[in-house]
Amino acid sequence: MAHGDLTVQVAAQRPQVERAPSGAMRARLGEGRWHFQHGPIDLVVGAEGEPASVCGFVEAAWTRMQTILGELVHELPALRAPVAAGVLRGSVARRMEAACLPHALQFVTPMAAVAGAVADELIACARGHHGLLRAHVNNGGDIALHLAPGTHYRVGLFADLGRIERRERWRLDGDAEIGFGTPVRGVATSGWRGRSFSLGIADCVTVLARTAAQADAAATMIANAVNVEHPAISRCAADALKDDTDLGDRRVTVGVPALPAALIEHALDAGTAYAAALQARGIVHAAVLWLQGRVRTVGCA
Amino acid sequence: MEHNSVNYDKIRCDACPVLCMISPGRTGACDRWGNVEGRLTRVDPVVLFRKVAAQQGELTGFLARSDWDGGVLPDAPVFISGVGSGTTYPDYKPAPFIVASKHDDVDMVTVVTEGIFSYCSFKVKIDTDRYLGPEQATVRCKGEAVGHVTTIEYGSQMLSLGGVHHLTGGSKKEGRVTCDAMMDLGNRKPVELQIDGGANVIVQAGEPPVVNGVAEQRMRVGCGSATIGIFARQWHGHVDEVVVVDDHITGVLTEHQAGRFLDMPPSGIKIRGRKSTPGRYFQVAHPGTGWGGTDITDPLSIVTGFDPKVARPGLRVLMVSTTGEDAAFFVLDQTLRMVPALMPGPVRRVVDRIGENCEPALCTVLFLMGAGGSLRAGVTENPVRLTRSIKDLLTRVTSGGAPVYVWPGGGITVMVDVTRMPRNAFGWVPTPAIVAPIEFTLRLADYEALGGHMDRVRSVEDVMRAERVRVLSWDGLNPWPMGI
Repeated sequence: MAHGDLTVQVAAQRPQVERAPSGAMRARLGEGRWHFQHGPIDLVVGAEGEPASVCGFVEAAWTRMQTILGELVHELPALRAPVAAGVLRGSVARRMEAACLPHALQFVTPMAAVAGAVADELIACARGHHGLLRAHVNNGGDIALHLAPGTHYRVGLFADLGRIERRERWRLDGDAEIGFGTPVRGVATSGWRGRSFSLGIADCVTVLARTAAQADAAATMIANAVNVEHPAISRCAADALKDDTDLGDRRVTVGVPALPAALIEHALDAGTAYAAALQARGIVHAAVLWLQGRVRTVGCA
Repeated sequence: MEHNSVNYDKIRCDACPVLCMISPGRTGACDRWGNVEGRLTRVDPVVLFRKVAAQQGELTGFLARSDWDGGVLPDAPVFISGVGSGTTYPDYKPAPFIVASKHDDVDMVTVVTEGIFSYCSFKVKIDTDRYLGPEQATVRCKGEAVGHVTTIEYGSQMLSLGGVHHLTGGSKKEGRVTCDAMMDLGNRKPVELQIDGGANVIVQAGEPPVVNGVAEQRMRVGCGSATIGIFARQWHGHVDEVVVVDDHITGVLTEHQAGRFLDMPPSGIKIRGRKSTPGRYFQVAHPGTGWGGTDITDPLSIVTGFDPKVARPGLRVLMVSTTGEDAAFFVLDQTLRMVPALMPGPVRRVVDRIGENCEPALCTVLFLMGAGGSLRAGVTENPVRLTRSIKDLLTRVTSGGAPVYVWPGGGITVMVDVTRMPRNAFGWVPTPAIVAPIEFTLRLADYEALGGHMDRVRSVEDVMRAERVRVLSWDGLNPWPMGI
């Protein structure tokens, strides 16, 4: 979730906030766009198509949204423990488990896929609303998509949050067109500057996969794999930065200085190898890896 | 605080079901709430304003429109607001952000903090002529006293809500309900209020008031007498008598100075109530939510009859409320009874014009905060100099970037329209007290002169690099604070 830290809003919008008994809130951002929020879940839902279908989908997603956090909290200890098969009960929790199991040879907890799994759970509410042309649920950069035949989404990729610090112009680093004909319905991004901790040093890893949960888990794990040892890289125990983190005292990246070219390539080699293995297993469709101005791609992104 | 602490130094956040246990100086899973010196405090990203031309739509780093030319930090001036800046209560330390930036080549300093205010209240103006309750009556929310009814102003009822007396002077529940209601009012959410001996009102900043379940549409154009005065000439020739029903002063056209001036013959109508000056009547009915702020729904109930020596059959009488929302047209029959009749077009047009001249009825919510206390120590080592600097107009005070009115006299008591602040700018702490943004902007040299914490001055760029930021476009209605 490389972009979780930065939200640019236009103050002229004056959304009405609606609060559910569970504490979940929603506000309309504009035509066919809604902001849902409940505790740490913070997402934008967008839909286009026949008004009745758009409305039906949004209301169904809102209804589903209201109970998700409570369900996750119910199983929170297991969600924060290393992933294992058949432990979890809730539908979102099972999506998280399924997405993380392929990575279980390494340390990973179901939380690695929480954002994507929530997005998948809500986009599933599009089923049956046949007048929908397309819809998306953007959970802090982890995005689930619904596409009707003949439609597509263009997803812009913004790789380097450091450019903001350097006061450079805002431009996209690339974009991907995701059409009905591709199997891709999930997009996710991870990197050490994002809201979630990373064990690696990638500025940004963006993954396209069949589901947002798969993309989320894969992006997290590939970004962890983009790594190299260098004394100037600052790392800190996760539990020294945040209470109740699923990463325990694992050392997460908090600062990466400009690295020698050879080390950049070395770190990217490691990440790319892991991404290619995932692609060969059919877990990811494509991945893009950025590190200090250098880019690698896996698959046909 | 007891109900918030479980562990020795961690506090439990109950803002959502995750119920994070948060160590001092850290935030919970949402990054919105944190443990600030043992207090559960909202620590949303710092809100920055960027001065830009009009833009459309929300843009995030992802799914962004590639044609956006903005950038987060172009050369457009940036103003850092107090929203989400956090606080250093009780303020013996410098304020969270003391930020230097260039404006027209003059070094400006903005001291940004979120104050914790116990001494604060909301002054609410409710545009309605309907009777909300007696002056001084207690205003309740969920059964708890949260404020009182104050004066009636022209076309509006004023309420005073919140304040230290309700926040900390009553029961624990009263304080909590007051705090919730205040936060919702400030964050532009609807708040349902019950006035002792009066109405149920739903108040939301910038929205029409809802009185006893009915949304108010418009303010009256004036009192009954004023309405007669404004429209007398336009009615002349189309009606023989007009009664403008108003709870305060009901006007009768032919008796009124305006009718006399037009040489209109008396109609002989007799109106209930106490006659004031000619054509003006007090207390024609009881206050209520009917015609013109009275309790009547049948206008004939205030007409006791016609003087047979003066009235004549065929006399045309218009009865109308001060907003034009209620109107009826009558013609006297042979027995001088008022018989409803179709309203002629020219009369209808004047009734419509009354409506057209009524402004939309709104609730306006002003936040009144006293920042005279220790908060000043976060700005300067010599707090009274900050007060003087504000009075001397060397320092501009803003709240979430919105302009404030600074009360004359001692202390720093300021008032701000919440609709000009960013949304959700208000938070709370379990004291209970309200957390609100406040910024002091002045020239760097002036800041040094008043004993400012010069060693804590950081550049805008540094704040943006080191802190979580949220960038909002500047509300063009607000003056740019750095133009001192």
